[in-house]
Amino acid sequence: MAFLLRKQWALYSVTPLYKFSYANMKEYSRHLSAFVAAEKQKGLAMVVGIDLSIKVIFSTLLGLKGTDRDQAAILVQIASKTQTISGKEEEKVVWSGWFCCVFGDELLENVPEDFICLPLFLANGAETYTAIIGTWFQKTFDCCFSRLTISPLNLAWMAAMWTGYKVDSHAVATELIFSVPCIPQRLDISYAIHPEDAQALWDTVQNTQGEVTQEEVDLFMDCLYSHFHRHFKIHLSATRLVKVSTSIASVHSDGNLKILQSKYLIGVLMLLTELAILQIQ
Amino acid sequence: MFTTNRDAGSPLSWSRPIPESVARMRGAWRGVQDHVPLRRNRVLQKHLATAESVALQSGLPPDALGELLNVALSGKHADAVNTRLLKCLIPASVVPGCSVVSAVSWLCVGKCSSSTELLFLRWLIAMFDFIDHKEQLYALYGFFFFFLQDEKLCPYICHILYLLTRRESVKPFRVRKLLDLQAKMGMQPHLQALLSLYKLFYPALVSITLPAKMKTYFKNSESLWKAAINGVRQRNQRTSPVSQQLILGPTRLQSRKRKWNTQLILPASSSSTSNTTVSKEVSHVDIFSPTESFPLEKLCTFSQLLQNIHCLEFPSRMSSVLRNPLLLHYINCIKDESIYLRLNYWMGQALQEECIWCKVDNQLYEEDFKDFLDTVYKAECFLQEGISSCEEFLYKSLPLWDGSCCRLQVLRLVSWIPLNSFSEVKPYLCEPLAQLFFTSSLYFKCSVLESLKELLQNWLNWHVMQLDMESNSEISPLNTTLSGLVNCVAELIHFVGQLCAVALRLESNATFLLHFILDFYETVCDIYLKYNLPLLVLPPAGVFYPALLSMDSVILNQLCYIIYRYRTNLVAAKESELVKKAILQFKFSSQTYQEYNQYIMVMVGCLWTSSAFQKDIHPQGICLDTEVLEKTRVQEFRNSFNIVYHPALTGYAILFLEQAWPHDKTLDFSLIKGKKWNWYLEYLYTQGLEGLKFFIESSISRVSQTPKAKKGSVHI
Repeated sequence: MAFLLRKQWALYSVTPLYKFSYANMKEYSRHLSAFVAAEKQKGLAMVVGIDLSIKVIFSTLLGLKGTDRDQAAILVQIASKTQTISGKEEEKVVWSGWFCCVFGDELLENVPEDFICLPLFLANGAETYTAIIGTWFQKTFDCCFSRLTISPLNLAWMAAMWTGYKVDSHAVATELIFSVPCIPQRLDISYAIHPEDAQALWDTVQNTQGEVTQEEVDLFMDCLYSHFHRHFKIHLSATRLVKVSTSIASVHSDGNLKILQSKYLIGVLMLLTELAILQIQ
Repeated sequence: MFTTNRDAGSPLSWSRPIPESVARMRGAWRGVQDHVPLRRNRVLQKHLATAESVALQSGLPPDALGELLNVALSGKHADAVNTRLLKCLIPASVVPGCSVVSAVSWLCVGKCSSSTELLFLRWLIAMFDFIDHKEQLYALYGFFFFFLQDEKLCPYICHILYLLTRRESVKPFRVRKLLDLQAKMGMQPHLQALLSLYKLFYPALVSITLPAKMKTYFKNSESLWKAAINGVRQRNQRTSPVSQQLILGPTRLQSRKRKWNTQLILPASSSSTSNTTVSKEVSHVDIFSPTESFPLEKLCTFSQLLQNIHCLEFPSRMSSVLRNPLLLHYINCIKDESIYLRLNYWMGQALQEECIWCKVDNQLYEEDFKDFLDTVYKAECFLQEGISSCEEFLYKSLPLWDGSCCRLQVLRLVSWIPLNSFSEVKPYLCEPLAQLFFTSSLYFKCSVLESLKELLQNWLNWHVMQLDMESNSEISPLNTTLSGLVNCVAELIHFVGQLCAVALRLESNATFLLHFILDFYETVCDIYLKYNLPLLVLPPAGVFYPALLSMDSVILNQLCYIIYRYRTNLVAAKESELVKKAILQFKFSSQTYQEYNQYIMVMVGCLWTSSAFQKDIHPQGICLDTEVLEKTRVQEFRNSFNIVYHPALTGYAILFLEQAWPHDKTLDFSLIKGKKWNWYLEYLYTQGLEGLKFFIESSISRVSQTPKAKKGSVHI
């Protein structure tokens, strides 16, 4: 699970996959390897290079489930063989992507058996590879990928909830980035809060443990805004929140995620799965 | 083969008038003497100069190009002439494929010098992208291959073959030939390029190892013409943007960079591959497996569909059914939930992601989105039902819609919204539409009314189909669902009635608007008899009175027809109520009858008895006090408003008077009475006022005829 951490993941929402079978993953690996090789050579007629020896590996990720009804997460990796100086062949992972579903009950309710519901897709690596893999999945399993964008409202939720998580090791400052549309250039305001202060604030705001309401999130953000205003006379509530970084994870509204702690991975994925499901329906 | 096909020119080349110089030039070339040294032949020099100037200015039209190409390669003139000619062969739009074919035939004859041949090959490479109808060129692959033997031409021939090679061009004998050449000439980069391309298609045939990445295989042949082509292109861009598109070649959709996951490009139907690969492993065991599924790529005709309907597979991407009517038939027959789920998932995402008024980035792709909405609408019309993801898209996006982009498409899609509980649908559908309706132009209002009329018709048709299905399966219709249906339809009609009444005020009773409104009510009036739904809703006073008092005879005629149909429906309902022993769940309330009677009294008053203004008892009617009527200073106001004096029909009255009393110059309307009144009525009927005819014959019984006791009839 460690390889999921500290990597920049691009987020997508995926409609249910039709007739995907966990038993045929070897077949899929083979097909996809051939597809990737063919796509890579297309458009390079003038420069016919060596075989890049691309291999695609399918595997399941255990432990990334919310309830038992959630489908098992699938990991797809593209590995390329390169020759090291000593003449040995080394396999290096150049791209990875994984599908998962954490607490996706809303989506799973009325779906017949032919469909596998894994609404959240995370990709790390070159965009060209993402395009190729995504095209193959769309063609083979009749699904649709769309970029998962996160609204400022949801980002505020994430900021509040993740601040509330207790972190044992060295905590990183909670940073919020706000974007202000300005002429001639866009202005970005970065607001960093000491992690212990942020946690203390959240503890005072939150009433019931384990439950978070919209009012609590709003109150939390309002406190932060008013503090900023007192010092800088800028109303952050009029700007647009675009990025949230906490010690748990950092997420950008364009749909980019970086997970820093494995302890609360399920919680992070749960929120994102919910957003992905909202985008599909 | 030796004459250019004149018709091969693209139509665009004629969109601009051919410069006179070109026409003169072409004619001139035919008469030029052969083999006269250039410096002595003034005529030839002049023609060459003309050709060059025309070419550099705006490029040569296709047939001029073909002719000059023939001249250059026919060997009639000296090398210098041919070189200059080839250098000025800049196309204005396209290079016709057949002129290239005839040029190649000149090459085979070998009349021109080898340097000219070389220059021609370089020209061909430079102009490759401008050649249209390349199929003929592909057919000449073998001819080009033959020229590989010539050492001087070999590099350029390799380049041309590289551009022309397709999978079917790779043959073992060609590979052997290339390898032989390589053995003779050594490893040349151009031969390498061709071999590696062959290897890409058939790796088994080319067994030699080729070196890794090479940046450039071929020398640049374009340079001689590049500047001229760019110049011509720039100049043409300024004059006609249409021809610009043709020069660039690729279609609009391809030339713009789209995201890889854009859903608007609908794939062609192809069978899914995932199932076939899995079954391969078990097929050798399963000898008695049922017949193989019919491959979708072969499905072309309806009879094929019927023959293979039991073994057809669904396509790998459900989105491809939208453009394929045969597959739409198929999914109509098969009741499989996963089909609809797949289609709905895809369509929901496609509509959401590509909606141009919800996402700012998509505004560039308005045409594509319009095409997409058109495709969805056509599929819905074909299936005769709405698609649920489309309905949800409308609910989500109508509140954000500005009413102008994709207006036609969106309003058409509204008409396929399935019958649901109307009160749930109201905030998503009715409120945004009403907001746009009241603040928009007359034409928008009419479009909305038309789409709401079609929505009503689709609901009613659906109801009729349900009744048919229920009667076939012998299940008695549930009264609860019927009442729900009646309520929904009634709510829609009331909503539209409100819209109409306000719209008429806003548009000052515009005739155009009234026409659309009465079209709607023409559907409404016959609901009971035509669609077997026990519902009758009369138009509101805000619609009835403007129609009755409109200045247009077509509107009046339509209103008469509608009122006549209402009467027929009411009478039929009353009769079935009296005749049928069974207790009917529904019967029209007495209030409906009362309202109808009020309307009919006003109408008869307006058209027959001139008593509308005195006797109208409708609360929102046109009753006026006698004092007010006297103030109008209309003499004999008690007799002065009927089918003779009604403003909509006055024109007909005048025409009638002119025919009946041709010598009488004064237009005395009071002449139309007694027998002349009947003639006037007949005259009106012949003028196409059928609705008026139905109304008068059904609702007005005259003393001269046998009186028939009917509800709402008036005796004279």
